[in-house]
Amino acid sequence: MKYVSLVLISHSEEIVNGLKKLLNQVQPDVSIAVAGGNDGEIGTNTFRIKEAIESVYSEKGVVILFDLGSALMNAELAIEMLEKTDRIAIADAPLVEGAYIAAVEAGLGKSLDEVVRACEQAKQMVKVER
Amino acid sequence: MAFGVEQAKRWMSIINDNIQQQKEHLTELDQAIGDGDHGLNMARGFQEVVEKIASANYEDLGSLFKDVSMTLIAKVGGASGPLYGTAFLKMSLALAGKKEADDKEMVAALEAALDGIKARGKANVGEKTMVDVWEPVMEFLREKGSMQAKEAALLAKEKMEHTKELEAKKGRAAYLGSRSVGHIDPGSASSYLLFAALAEALEG
Repeated sequence: MKYVSLVLISHSEEIVNGLKKLLNQVQPDVSIAVAGGNDGEIGTNTFRIKEAIESVYSEKGVVILFDLGSALMNAELAIEMLEKTDRIAIADAPLVEGAYIAAVEAGLGKSLDEVVRACEQAKQMVKVER
Repeated sequence: MAFGVEQAKRWMSIINDNIQQQKEHLTELDQAIGDGDHGLNMARGFQEVVEKIASANYEDLGSLFKDVSMTLIAKVGGASGPLYGTAFLKMSLALAGKKEADDKEMVAALEAALDGIKARGKANVGEKTMVDVWEPVMEFLREKGSMQAKEAALLAKEKMEHTKELEAKKGRAAYLGSRSVGHIDPGSASSYLLFAALAEALEG
């Protein structure tokens, strides 16, 4: 794959499905997998996250973005269950803004490290000038 | 003390009974300071665990606890899935190939479980989490060097109640800040049930 891929994790299936649609509109070339909810309910699921990572994995790399605390634990556990883990990075970024930046940067052909660094900048982004 | 496959199965079965009984209570605790799904999640998870291991034959404790771990990871949502799942995964690694565990091996396996919980949740004592039960209980067992499970369960209960005074620093409850004081942490409550079940399983 030419581009870094994205995995979006949320406690809500609708959040990540909607976010994926939004990102596809901006950047249709980047592979995006989602892992939302747990058995149709609110939550996150390690095995679903693992499958999502596997479905878009490439040597170019995979960036994972998540919403709330326990999603991180399940993401870390999912990575531990995988065989190849060196090209997978979890970004410390707000889900929507972070994923938006990640999709744009990945679409420019940036490296895994560059995409992670760029989307983590979303934490400092000023949304309302005062 | 001999802790073999039969005792391990009994432990899981008693945890499940305790959790099914306390489901509403755990949910109430979680509604106060979390997202309110702890009782339901744990009840669903341990029900599946019991069904999974009941009919299976296990050559060693490691493979039994591996099944427990994978079932909890798959079936329990929220933070408790990966936390308890990791705890039993570490126990399964510590007890791999062992048909029976002696006191020392059992304490070491529980110690590995605590290390797993701390690494997964990045929590320490005083942050109003299950670590506030596990850490003092393991300190006690380490000091005694034997599985004094009854005393450990009493200590677990005391430490669970103590979480009421703490302010949450981890998980969804941390968003509440000082408003989390005055409530028992749900994860510490289910951890107490786990140690109480262990004491009962070893008694019989």
